[in-house]
Amino acid sequence: MSQDSHGHGHHKLAFWEKYIFSVDHKVIGLQYLITSFFFLLFGFGLMMLMRWQLAFPGHAIPFFGHLFSPDLAPNGVMSGEFYNSLGAMHGTIMVFLGVVPLGVGAYGNYLLPLQIGAPDMAFPRMNLMSYWLYLPGGIIMLSSFLMPGGAAQSGWTSYPPLSIINPGQTVWLLSMVILITSSLLGSINFLVTSINMRAPGMTLGRLPAFCWAQIVTAILLLLAFPPLEAASVLQLMDRVFHTSFYMPAGLVILGKTYAGSGGGQPLLWQHLFWFLAHPEVYVLVLPPMGIVSEIIANNTRKPLHGYKTLVGSMVAIGIMSFLVWAHHMFLSGMSPVLGNFFLVTTMIISVPSVAILTCLIFSLKGGSIRYNVPMLFALAFLPLFGIGGLTGLPLGLTVTDIYLHDTYYVIGHFHFVVVTGSIIALLGGVYYWFPKWYGRKMNDTLGYIHFWGSVVSMFGIFFPMLIMGMAGASRRLYDPTAQLHNLVVQPLNVVSTMFAYSLALFQLPFIYNFFHSMWFGEIPPENPWQATTLEWACPSPPPHGNFVKTPHVYRGPYEYTPHGRKEDFWPQNEPN
Amino acid sequence: MNNYGWGLPIAASTYAGKIDFGIWMIHVAMVLIFVLWGIFFTYLLIKYRKRPGVPAVREDHEEPPVEITAGDAAATLPLATLLSQNMDELKSLTPDFIVMGFEIALIVFYALPAWNMIKITMPDAKDAVVIHVVGEQFGWDIHYPGPDGKFGRRKPELVHFNNPLGLDKTDPDAADDVIVGNELHMPVGKKILIELTSKDVIHDFFVPEFRIKQDAMPGMEIPVWIEPNRIGKYELACAQLCGFGHSLMRADVYVDSPEDYQKWLASRAAATPAPPKPTNPAEDF
Repeated sequence: MSQDSHGHGHHKLAFWEKYIFSVDHKVIGLQYLITSFFFLLFGFGLMMLMRWQLAFPGHAIPFFGHLFSPDLAPNGVMSGEFYNSLGAMHGTIMVFLGVVPLGVGAYGNYLLPLQIGAPDMAFPRMNLMSYWLYLPGGIIMLSSFLMPGGAAQSGWTSYPPLSIINPGQTVWLLSMVILITSSLLGSINFLVTSINMRAPGMTLGRLPAFCWAQIVTAILLLLAFPPLEAASVLQLMDRVFHTSFYMPAGLVILGKTYAGSGGGQPLLWQHLFWFLAHPEVYVLVLPPMGIVSEIIANNTRKPLHGYKTLVGSMVAIGIMSFLVWAHHMFLSGMSPVLGNFFLVTTMIISVPSVAILTCLIFSLKGGSIRYNVPMLFALAFLPLFGIGGLTGLPLGLTVTDIYLHDTYYVIGHFHFVVVTGSIIALLGGVYYWFPKWYGRKMNDTLGYIHFWGSVVSMFGIFFPMLIMGMAGASRRLYDPTAQLHNLVVQPLNVVSTMFAYSLALFQLPFIYNFFHSMWFGEIPPENPWQATTLEWACPSPPPHGNFVKTPHVYRGPYEYTPHGRKEDFWPQNEPN
Repeated sequence: MNNYGWGLPIAASTYAGKIDFGIWMIHVAMVLIFVLWGIFFTYLLIKYRKRPGVPAVREDHEEPPVEITAGDAAATLPLATLLSQNMDELKSLTPDFIVMGFEIALIVFYALPAWNMIKITMPDAKDAVVIHVVGEQFGWDIHYPGPDGKFGRRKPELVHFNNPLGLDKTDPDAADDVIVGNELHMPVGKKILIELTSKDVIHDFFVPEFRIKQDAMPGMEIPVWIEPNRIGKYELACAQLCGFGHSLMRADVYVDSPEDYQKWLASRAAATPAPPKPTNPAEDF
């Protein structure tokens, strides 16, 4: 269907048609890639400012401190309002503008149509619209720093009543509504594409694990985001028109009774927010799990262990992720009896997660493991994501959560999941698919430096947080030394901060490597990793329309070291 | 402060031990799981590294690769998936079953009973010392009922800088009430029942030494109980982001001997000024 909907490069496209407002899924994918990496870097920059304040509270920020307006940082020392803005924007940018658009928008857009043997997405113009909503949404989000009173300061969770009375929030909400619309368009596109546009012979059972991860992710985005969009509109009404969906009666704010206070319920927002935001966690980790599966199968030179279990577990996670949201709310004032229900569902969802890790680790058994750069990232994912999963256990358990909730333990936990899990895998994917994207290979030596530097730095940032959390140190404190129970472990904040700066340093070889290799990288053979999946069955980079001839699929995705054949891989599209 | 260290803070309430037990047990299990997996993982990485002339060994022997149909995928449920696998795969799920068994035991024998004791079952107000704790940006107001044991009415429209909770002084129950800022006293060895709420935004009542944490929600009164079993001075910190002064929002918690507690309460009651004449709130603002 999409063959007819747009030209196949029969006429020469103008620059802006080809690179700016392109309908080609590959160009859109790369637009997402570059944009989301920019946002990741920006969000990381915000965190580096915060880390300075956490390690050395009350000291002027070196080099940058005096660049900020005196409202934000008087004499170069960060103010409490500025700190809270940075915190809220760091979370929002990393999740909604960084990791999700990278995992779904960039990787999904580029690779899903290729891996299923399709010429493009089902709705190429809608795809264009997704990106062109995402980018302005992101720019609006960043522009909120320039608003009077600064950017949103109520955490990425934006709990009312605080979010209703704090400055900056209106822009945050507007931007969220735009971003959610973008993501809804994208998810519909992904689902229709993967259902309708598969090449002949590409049954669901022959889909690579990466495609399954994208399908489950798209379903999560489709079903979980609308409640947040509605909730955001309600919060916008509370702010702008002084309705009181979330504002209970009898509020007295800084000594004044609040006019917009009525019979609302702040817990309503928390339910609606986490109903999105928990599935969102799986949106953050499923595409990276798909990437890791691809890289591991390719570099062990054998089929994945338990493909069925792996895919079944992804689907199970997708279903269960809608039933665990309130484990973020055990102590929120929600009925504690409900806590028991969410305790049980939370423990159940850990079962398919363990199954996925088990499958990936067992896949190594019997392999002939090639230790190249992407494989190192994929292998690092396993134990580090494992730490993220394990530390979720005492938080998901109601009783131990009473103490650990809202401490640094939580921060350590979800950063192990998202940073040493998702981001590590997403970085590995760059090295793996770079030859596909640009027809050139990234430099290995710089890759090894990037890998080891990043992994050690990430561990050094987040492991101290687990220790701090055990000692009771609270999160989201502008000045941790203002509360006595944080004082003993305060030196660990300095350790974390130092490793954060070293992490930044180790991204330099990556950035250089990326742009240098784009133009000057070594030109690899057509199928550099000797992979079996369909994206390697077309030229690199693929032309508009992808495949010269529609491929026919004869077998499953991971036919490595097939019996009775000389070569150790058997591409999906190669006839018997 | 020697209450805090590199591990858990000192334990000063009756159920702190229960929570600590869970934390330690889970962490021992976590470390055990991680180390065992780590050893196995490292072994695999070394044993199956690429060597010239040694091809990878597939797990299937001359059989066509397994495939799933659309129907299978749609009907996929965790249990169904697990059971439909062949024995080899079931064997490889052993770690999953062990983890699952551990989790079920944790839920049934630990989490449900302990959660029920700490958060669901509240002591009877008749047998407990009842204290109202109200959060505001950026401090804690503590409301004691005074000798009559009855709390006076609080009205939001009466809130004023010298009447932080809007206590309605025309209410006879309010006459002997004591309101203290950022100082929470309680007697040792008695059940304390705290009615927790907030005037403005969400705050969180966190006393690390008691291992208790509970959000203070505006518009809701949430009961929290503690039985302190150790005399000392602890910290009540706000643990929910509540604005630019969040990190400054703290109070001291004093667990006194019953005599000291009574003495303190009497001294505060004496210090409480005679109730001012009720005024028209409109004049105050």
